[in-house]
Amino acid sequence: MLAWIRAGALAALTLFATAADAPARTVRWAASGDPNTLDPHSQNVGTVTMVLQQIYEGLVTRNPDLSPAAGLATSWSQEEPTRWRFNLRQGVRFHNGEPFTAEDVVFSFARAQQPTSNFGIFVDTIDRAVAVDERTVDIVTKVPDPILPNKIISVYMMSKPWSEAHNATRPQNTRAREEMHTVRNTNGTGPYRLAAREPDVRTVMARSDAWWGWQGQQQGEQPVGNVTEIVFRPIASDATRIAALLSGEVDFVLDPPLQDLNRLRAASGTKVIEGPEVRTLYIVFDVFRDELLYSDVKGKNPFKDLRVRQALYHAIDIQAIHRTTMRGQSVVTGTLFPEQVNGYAREEDVRLPYDQAKARALLAEAGYPNGFSVALDCSNNRYINDEQICQAISAMWTRVGVRTSLKAQPLAPFFAQIQRDDTSVYMLGWGVPTLDALYSFQSLLASRGSAPGDGIWNFGRYSNLRMDELIARMKTESGPARQAAVREGLHLYREDVPHVPLHHQMIPWAVRANLSIPHAANNQPYFRWAVVN
Amino acid sequence: MFAFIVSRLLQALPVMLVVALISFAMFAYVGDPVAIMLGQDFTEAQREALVRDLGLDQPFFVQFARFVGNAAQGEFGLSYRLSRPVAELIAERAPATLELALCAAAMSLLVGVPMGVFTGLYRRSWLSRFFLTFSLIGVSLPTFLIGILLILIFSVWLGWLPSFGRGEVVQLGWWSTGFLTWGGIKALILPSITLGLFQLTLIMRLVRAEMLEVLRTDYIKFARARGLSDRAVNFGHALKNTLVPVITIAGLQLGAIIAFAIVTETVFQWPGMGLLFIQSVGVADIPVMSAYLLLIALVFVTINLVVDLLYYAVDPRLRVDRGASAGRA
Repeated sequence: MLAWIRAGALAALTLFATAADAPARTVRWAASGDPNTLDPHSQNVGTVTMVLQQIYEGLVTRNPDLSPAAGLATSWSQEEPTRWRFNLRQGVRFHNGEPFTAEDVVFSFARAQQPTSNFGIFVDTIDRAVAVDERTVDIVTKVPDPILPNKIISVYMMSKPWSEAHNATRPQNTRAREEMHTVRNTNGTGPYRLAAREPDVRTVMARSDAWWGWQGQQQGEQPVGNVTEIVFRPIASDATRIAALLSGEVDFVLDPPLQDLNRLRAASGTKVIEGPEVRTLYIVFDVFRDELLYSDVKGKNPFKDLRVRQALYHAIDIQAIHRTTMRGQSVVTGTLFPEQVNGYAREEDVRLPYDQAKARALLAEAGYPNGFSVALDCSNNRYINDEQICQAISAMWTRVGVRTSLKAQPLAPFFAQIQRDDTSVYMLGWGVPTLDALYSFQSLLASRGSAPGDGIWNFGRYSNLRMDELIARMKTESGPARQAAVREGLHLYREDVPHVPLHHQMIPWAVRANLSIPHAANNQPYFRWAVVN
Repeated sequence: MFAFIVSRLLQALPVMLVVALISFAMFAYVGDPVAIMLGQDFTEAQREALVRDLGLDQPFFVQFARFVGNAAQGEFGLSYRLSRPVAELIAERAPATLELALCAAAMSLLVGVPMGVFTGLYRRSWLSRFFLTFSLIGVSLPTFLIGILLILIFSVWLGWLPSFGRGEVVQLGWWSTGFLTWGGIKALILPSITLGLFQLTLIMRLVRAEMLEVLRTDYIKFARARGLSDRAVNFGHALKNTLVPVITIAGLQLGAIIAFAIVTETVFQWPGMGLLFIQSVGVADIPVMSAYLLLIALVFVTINLVVDLLYYAVDPRLRVDRGASAGRA
């Protein structure tokens, strides 16, 4: 009883404290890119979600360690293999004052399922959402989907009446010549509401005191945030962004360049928050064509030979890349995804060792004692130091006899090229927004076209029937059977070497010394948990 | 005079068309906008629908003809990147670029001309030598380096001026201006210097060379012999005659300032048209890129026309020649 009273008094005190010094807690935040749209179901890219997740919420949300947490649904359960039941949080209101209802949930899922939405992968197994009553929604899936709650974290809830009133029941209208209302306006339920928006200049978000989650913070379930206003400004030039941080014009830089980190650590007014990102870089081989497009080997494809792939794996001195190119800011790996992803197995996270002699021997054994030539395709502005990594790998391969010419391009032409399968070997970085193994397996390793969404980023056209079977099991099974399928898939990935995995990216954030915020591996700052002193 | 304007306008049309064609043809190499719009996860059907909606499945010349037809009506379509009308985007960003270009041009004239006169008159003074050395820096250092140096000194070390953005702007109808607030004016200083430094040194060296030339002429000697004051000789007679080429160069450079504000705008995150263009290139936003290139071509063509007209007005010999040849015909 006494403890209960004390807790109550403490909560009242904290409430009073936050209310008293509320006005001055502004975080000025800078990153290189601006969100292209504020529509929550239009573009599935990090620069959009990093702003929208301050404003909108899904039925399921995340804890600071990114594990799923109760969001607009307080609890959920799999009633039948193809039916998930969600109990909605009561008393939630949108920022414009409308109450949040089961109808809004049904509407939002239907909206995210439209063909012009880029969020298809999160709702691909959903047949429909059904309002059971005011406070309950069922999601009926086409096939059993054990990881549905993980996937719908990315599906934000919109108000049905508001969307209809503004003629925004679709995520995008690529045919029309008019701007949709949702491109520059929002109406969410989240901790911050949009206060001002000038595209490419600034986006201001103000604390929504009515947010349900602030109470949970006071009760000690989660860190207590005190930020009342977020001002986001894109600053494209690396040097300018860092200068603005050093001069105190911004408080938080999401993407500081690696070469400035030491200076930022040493400077008195700034600090660096370190952490890993859920993004892995691979070298991917064309293992499909009978003759490579860009090589001097005619009449056969050397990458179809496992020994050649292994040789090129052995030839990469990943520690040198880690030390020199990445300045220590990478986590070297031998597997498909990092440990934050559900399904990760440490025993399978083993690399083929760096061994030039072994590489040469394997090449000779495969019938290429004098090596061959090949062109490596790379982006030069998509991943951290991507061009430098490829330069290093080209040199390492050339050293064992595989004469590698590098073609590094900006992301727009690079992605256009590899999406036409117009490549022999390329470097790809892959993030896992669902934090579940299936996302990577399905997009990168499934045979192309066997099911919707299968192999859509498998431009080396790797295909293994056993792998396809395992992926099919990952989609429908749950519990230990599913874990076993993932485990076997990871083992097969190591044996087949369709890729050479390189490392997981690190994403340091740079902040002014008076700001603290939990680092998130999805590179999304959650200002609800940020504290300004 | 009227016939002259009309003939110049008719000459401008093919120039604009060629610019449109070249820029449009270039876009085949900047990448596939569809791949970028679709993001990481999509189906083949989604992709085909988008290509059809954007009209990218049409042959090149059909796409081009439609673009020119729409552009002639001021209709540039919707930006792929921002899902907003291109005309609106450009109108929103034009004031930022124009104010910056104006400040840079004004600074380069107000500082460049006096410096040029000074170095022309007092060739051996140590200050002239300093100015000339300093002007070498302006010519030889790349713009982005000057910008970053200025940011380092005035923002990071001294903390006097903002390192990025336009500061506070005031909205006057559709025009947003930074001239009316202290923050807006402070934000203009560093980008204007960065953008105008090259023009400043160019004008200074031009004025100096012209002054040296003019001061050697007989009528200056004669004016001095008449006992006119130094001031009257230097400014009334010498400077006035050096200004004709200066005006020409300054006018033509204004177009360059507007067009090449791209680098300065990127360094200072100045929300103008150049920054919009750079961001559009990154994601192959064809409607914005083509509209921007057309607009820049239009700016150059217009400025050229105005300069030609100024010649016509300033230099009496042009008029006489034309009148005489017309009389003979």
